[in-house]
Amino acid sequence: MTPRTRRLLFLASAPVLGIVVVAGLVGLPRFGHSTAQYGRVLNAVSVPERHITDVVTAVNFDYRGVDTMGEEFIFFAAVAGVVLLLGTQADESPGHVEDAATGRWVPPTSDAVRVLGLALVGPTVLFAIYVIAHGHLTPGGGFQGGVVLATAVLLVYLAGEYQHLHGLYPDRAIEGLEAGGAAAYVALGIAGLALSGSFLANWAPLGKLGHLNSAGIVPILNVVVGAEIAAGFVLLLSAFLHQTLILRRHVRPPAPVDPHRRQP
Amino acid sequence: MSILAYGVAAWLLLVGLWGIVNSRNLVHQVICVSVVQASTYVLLVAVGYRSGAVAPVFSGVRVGTIAVDPVVQALCLTDVVVGTTVTALLLALVVQWHKRTGSLDPDQVDDLDEQG
Repeated sequence: MTPRTRRLLFLASAPVLGIVVVAGLVGLPRFGHSTAQYGRVLNAVSVPERHITDVVTAVNFDYRGVDTMGEEFIFFAAVAGVVLLLGTQADESPGHVEDAATGRWVPPTSDAVRVLGLALVGPTVLFAIYVIAHGHLTPGGGFQGGVVLATAVLLVYLAGEYQHLHGLYPDRAIEGLEAGGAAAYVALGIAGLALSGSFLANWAPLGKLGHLNSAGIVPILNVVVGAEIAAGFVLLLSAFLHQTLILRRHVRPPAPVDPHRRQP
Repeated sequence: MSILAYGVAAWLLLVGLWGIVNSRNLVHQVICVSVVQASTYVLLVAVGYRSGAVAPVFSGVRVGTIAVDPVVQALCLTDVVVGTTVTALLLALVVQWHKRTGSLDPDQVDDLDEQG
């Protein structure tokens, strides 16, 4: 299909979509006048009923915990898909594909990046643990904190050379952590079925409102989701970084360059 | 205000679609899909907003204070997660496509059987 036909097809069909979108938007409540009843009810009951101060977390991990389980498995399936797609394929071996721009000068990691990268790893891990642990109290939780935790691993890759680090990478352990996080969510749900008669029921003691160990199973769910998301993102990152390794492995190292001369 | 809030969502949908249609680079096209998805975040958060209300987090705020709708915000979180996975999958496909054909031009993605 040429760009011209594509554009004509779009211009012909866009007005139809536009009419549907505008008709839908006009039917919505005026901005600032939300009339949603479920939200009002949840805002009123989640603190006294579940001892959760962050109602968004209460929706995700308690009242609609089943949906979050589905979401977790969407993520799980997508990570599996990316790892399959970016794994070394049957007809290629590492180094088979060459960088399209051969002889390109790849600058070595600078000392500033190394020092700052490694210095940030500790605070990033601490912040990730804080975000995961306080999911039921303040905005945050397993999904958000898990991504921050994976960033710490990215900082290690950034500070060191990925080609030297990928041999140390414990891929079996990371895969196990991801699968274990997903399985633990289901196991906590089944525990609810056994102890309280319904899947993902909040069976643990609710604790004192506003304390770290409150809200029953919600903080535990946040921890297992955090583990799954962090491990999943590390798998994604290393799958993509593995590709750069395949691309660069056979590019000869450039001749020593005078650092004071500008690269063309 | 209604026009501004919902208009931003409609505008993001429009520019995202226009970008997908006119894209000359597969990576750019994947980013355009994320822009289309961003319109749903704006729409969801805008639908749940109430004037003068606080965030639905009652730490340090008395229960009963008028807060915005937490349900759409929870949906937004799901939306972000799904959006990330879609982007990752599409980018993985783009990487493989580039390795096989050496091209990132969407116009050359016509005969998957012939080239794949």
